[in-house]
Amino acid sequence: MRVTGDLDVAEECAQEAYVRALQAWTRDGVPERPGAWLTTVARNHALDRMRREVTLRRKLPLLVEPATVDPSDPADLDPSDAAVPDDRLRLVFTCCHPTLAPEARVALTLRLVCGVPTPDVARAFLVSESTMAARITRAKKKISEARIPYRVPDRAELPERLDSVLTAVHLLFSTGHTAGAGDALVREDLCDRALHLARTLAALLPEQAETGGLLGLLLLTDARRATRTDEQGRLLLLADQDRTRWDQRAILEGLTVTAGALAAGPPGRFTLQAAIAGVHAMAPSVDQTDWPRVVHLYDRLLAVWSTPVVALNRAAAVAFADGPAAALPLLDELATDPRLADYPYLPAARADVLRRLGDAAGAARSYQRAMELTANAAERAFLEQRLAEVSRADGADAAPG
Amino acid sequence: MAKYAILIYEDQARYATMSPEAWGALVDAHGTFVKQVFELGGSLAGGEALAATTTATSVKGGGTVTDGPFVETKEALGGFYVVEARDLDHAVEIAKLCPAPFGGVEVRPVVDPTTNPF
Repeated sequence: MRVTGDLDVAEECAQEAYVRALQAWTRDGVPERPGAWLTTVARNHALDRMRREVTLRRKLPLLVEPATVDPSDPADLDPSDAAVPDDRLRLVFTCCHPTLAPEARVALTLRLVCGVPTPDVARAFLVSESTMAARITRAKKKISEARIPYRVPDRAELPERLDSVLTAVHLLFSTGHTAGAGDALVREDLCDRALHLARTLAALLPEQAETGGLLGLLLLTDARRATRTDEQGRLLLLADQDRTRWDQRAILEGLTVTAGALAAGPPGRFTLQAAIAGVHAMAPSVDQTDWPRVVHLYDRLLAVWSTPVVALNRAAAVAFADGPAAALPLLDELATDPRLADYPYLPAARADVLRRLGDAAGAARSYQRAMELTANAAERAFLEQRLAEVSRADGADAAPG
Repeated sequence: MAKYAILIYEDQARYATMSPEAWGALVDAHGTFVKQVFELGGSLAGGEALAATTTATSVKGGGTVTDGPFVETKEALGGFYVVEARDLDHAVEIAKLCPAPFGGVEVRPVVDPTTNPF
């Protein structure tokens, strides 16, 4: 974008680079630095395009506008002058600018940084293609008309802006990790792109501990990717996953970067979530998990990031650390929070606690409620199975001896 | 450099009950802000304080004249600055220093009719 000075041209060039990458990588294998490869291709394509446009403008003198980049100036044409990863980072920071609507930030990142086609972005966010196209157009228009600069912010601005970028990359990963709708639970392409961005951020801003926290969180979560569903594509809970199939290399790397982020000072929300994922990754089984440590980490997470979803996860950890009876009042309290009124994991967690307390009828009601709220087929199938189990148990209890 | 309007939206009722000392302090704050615009590398291209919305008259499309502001809201437009800034980040950096104790400000790019004909 620094080369073209125009977001739409930059986007087209990035698209072109992805198409060429797919062709070349299928032929020759993935290069050592795929990001640099992409940026170089996109850049060369942009320069080609501008040379052609310059020729066109000479022939149509009436259309000549002042060019911000002079393609006849060798300094502007030398592709080696720019720090390649910074260019991508500039684009990420532009897409995740705090003055853009939060829902537009991830969409723009997907579209412009990852080259995901608009229909796929729309599917990832459960909105119609036209809604998403309008959202992306609005955001691009604001970038150009309000002059949102294409730059990595100064150190003083970083905390506010970096948080927005980290949130967008995390959302990108989450969108892939549990697809909001559709039949497949995981969209691996989105997870891979999010991981790649997290790696870039951690490499370029190592002094910002939260970049390491986010990378650790994504690595530790992604290490379980292969075991999250069974052969039929059904959801498997942490308790039912085959831990021997967790990606040990990803876990080791995740634990290392998370430890680094924890050592850097008071941890932020990504580092604390990574630490929680790390406790799970190190546990040989659910029963042998250090649940008191998980609850402690959730306490610290709530202190820096107080959301009802974090409180719900803490309650689920309490159910393991102190037993289901201790978690029930916490879940009852959360049920009064209007922000969780349509959140399927609340009735699902409640159902699980009631099931473990032997209240099969109550559990069945909660499983039913959770099923009504989820839009993901894999999740619904899982809840259906659990519902059938507790209903059988309930029937057996009710049947006269 | 591009022009940005910094529109000051505040709860006017708070001005009505303000002490003379607080009012004086606010006037001083605006004086300081004007200096800060230049210190931050921007420049001031205009700005006015507006009288209370109770003095407003609306002329609707078609020529109907009524009393009151065009849009009734608790937080009303009370004044504005027009600054010149490098980009939105620079304009927001300036706008953060604009006094608006009973509300906030909105930053809007000013359309340049020579490059942006609608």
